[in-house]
Amino acid sequence: MAIDPKKHEMPTQAPEVRAHNFSEVALGYDQETAVAEANRCLNCKNRPCVSGCPVNIHIPEFIAKVKECDFEGAYQIINQTSSLPAVCGRVCPQESQCEKYCTLAKKFEAVGIGRLERFVADWHNAHATEKAQAPESNGHKVAIVGSGPSGLTCAGDLAKKGYKVSVFEALHTAGGVLVYGIPEFRLPKSIVAKEVETLKDLGVDVETNVIIGKTLTIDELFDMGYEAVFVGSGAGLPNFMNIPGESLKGVYSANEFLTRSNLMKAYKDDPKTPIMKGGSVAVVGGGNVAMDAARTALRLGAEKVYIVYRRSMEELPARKEEVEHAQEEGIDFRLLHNPVEILGYNNPDDPRDPKNGFVSGIRCVKMELGEPDASGRRRPVAIPGSEFDLDVTAVVIAIGTSPNPLIKSTTKGLEVNSHGGIIVNEDGLTSREGVYAGGDAVTGAATVISAMGAGKVAAKAIDEYLSAK
Amino acid sequence: MYKIVRKRELNPTVTQMEIEAPLVAKKAKPGQFIILRVDEEGERIPLTVAGTNPEEGTVKIIFQIVGATTELLNHKQEGEYIQDFAGPLGVATHTEGIRKVCIVGGGVGCAIAMPVAQEFHRLGAEVTSIIGFRSKDLLILEDEFRACSDKLVVMTDDGSYARHGNVTVPLKEMLEAGETFDMIITIGPLIMMKFVVATAKPFGVPVTVSMNPIMIDGTGMCGGCRLTLNRDGKRVTKFACVDGPDFNGYEVDFDEAMSRGRMYFDYERHAHEEVCNLFKNA
Repeated sequence: MAIDPKKHEMPTQAPEVRAHNFSEVALGYDQETAVAEANRCLNCKNRPCVSGCPVNIHIPEFIAKVKECDFEGAYQIINQTSSLPAVCGRVCPQESQCEKYCTLAKKFEAVGIGRLERFVADWHNAHATEKAQAPESNGHKVAIVGSGPSGLTCAGDLAKKGYKVSVFEALHTAGGVLVYGIPEFRLPKSIVAKEVETLKDLGVDVETNVIIGKTLTIDELFDMGYEAVFVGSGAGLPNFMNIPGESLKGVYSANEFLTRSNLMKAYKDDPKTPIMKGGSVAVVGGGNVAMDAARTALRLGAEKVYIVYRRSMEELPARKEEVEHAQEEGIDFRLLHNPVEILGYNNPDDPRDPKNGFVSGIRCVKMELGEPDASGRRRPVAIPGSEFDLDVTAVVIAIGTSPNPLIKSTTKGLEVNSHGGIIVNEDGLTSREGVYAGGDAVTGAATVISAMGAGKVAAKAIDEYLSAK
Repeated sequence: MYKIVRKRELNPTVTQMEIEAPLVAKKAKPGQFIILRVDEEGERIPLTVAGTNPEEGTVKIIFQIVGATTELLNHKQEGEYIQDFAGPLGVATHTEGIRKVCIVGGGVGCAIAMPVAQEFHRLGAEVTSIIGFRSKDLLILEDEFRACSDKLVVMTDDGSYARHGNVTVPLKEMLEAGETFDMIITIGPLIMMKFVVATAKPFGVPVTVSMNPIMIDGTGMCGGCRLTLNRDGKRVTKFACVDGPDFNGYEVDFDEAMSRGRMYFDYERHAHEEVCNLFKNA
């Protein structure tokens, strides 16, 4: 049977419909499509896809189970190495990981590994009747700081080995960036809640409203009998551009904009937490967070949404599918554009005009690509005299974050690098004995799956450390 | 869930509650704040800690009923629970090296100023307190301030109680009479703090101001609470939740802070009206 050169299409809500709602964009494969897609897999002996996966999911093996219509069997294989399959199937940048190394991709489109993973996880969540069972306790206690992807992964791996794990979360809901950052239309919050429930079934204790570094310190966690600590506290304070106008009303960091909409549910009708809706919005940046913010602004009723990014499409770091979805929905990509000033409304005749101090526009300069810089990407250079203004009522700045200072400032002997990221060795061990770290708290803003990979590495190292103790 | 152990009305618009939160009670220091949510779908609001009882495991908060969330909170009764209560957040008020301090509080800001005054008193510093209110009906915590102050001046804007005028009047008199302070700490409406700074400036007395911008997470994540400092000729962005809430009053851009504080003014007024109607119809 000849191999279909193309992946089976992911069914999605039509762009003109989904641009006005917060329901999930991608609808997922049905059984028939999943089996057909699985049948494209060559089941290569050397499994190149597995080495492209930060958590080394046994990809050909789970796909083989899908071919046999043994979906629960497929789930059990994924579950051996991944604690959050329903999440990863949705948010991983597969095109630069597993699917990049797929043998098929040399001639055709890669197998839709991410889509199959999502199908299997959703099938399990819809059909599984047995709850995960807590294994027999080994008597060791481990504390996890932060309930984002790295913390949940580390917690899951350790709980499966019999550790008594407590996860401490600063916010009121567990999930970290999965609940405050990634929007409902890309990752429904019910899926995150389900993954957290599964961890609780494994015996993991989740304590919300506990800010490590403030409510309790890492030293106090050791005093309380925890023998190892994993810090997955995530990225911290948003970066700004340090251009004029960033304090005007209507200028948001992406963290604030997305937190208001996602965690605080400002996207719902009659929300308790306000957010500026409608108008026209410029989102500065080109990563996944920028795409999420732009598409959120559109769904909140903006008439016009721009992505303002200083490099070209080739350098745009966002996941390919999100960029395509954003384009289909009508987001206006202003590439090779760099903001130089945010403009504000100011009525010279009436200092009490309520519109005073609100955003009225963003001044950009056009860029061209010059020589490669330290990152290997071609450095954007401003074209003199090319400034022009976009009329907008809100600006969302999505140019990354700096690590949160709360833990390093209250933990003696915890070394950080010049950017404030916690320094770890290849096992995730910090400069403090028994303290491990991973995810954005170490690397600065990165992806969900790389954070999960770090949580996994640390879980293995913690297990070895405490087993040898 | 966090239990409301005690509730007391300080005046018709200001309420004091003691909330069961043992971990916070053990840690909180004067000048720090907490974040709470009243119910499941509620917004997160920051409130400064007005006192703690570590033995009992309770934290005292004092709030003015100004919007939807504080209105909802005020309708909770003793023995009932609120959804979330997290802290302590922010940096505690610096007390080292300060032997003689002037505390200037305005309105409900006095609730935050009180534990700061008490802390200085406990540390043996000489405490002068100036507290101001719009009128006699809104006066709070006079006895508490008297107990921890070497000198107390009470002001009302309308002259309905104690001295007539605003807090900068006695402050200016004291400074002109040659009184010196190691530090003036002011907590209250932005406009009042701005004028306290302006009053102190000719005399070169350092002023610490306590900022209360709009916040969401309060833990150094969203950046909504940012403010601008003018420092050494440069504009510097700081975050009230992790760098503050106390800042050098001479550096703070008050006009910007006042403008930012009104970002959701229309929304908030509308939301408060809706909640009030809810209770009226109930």
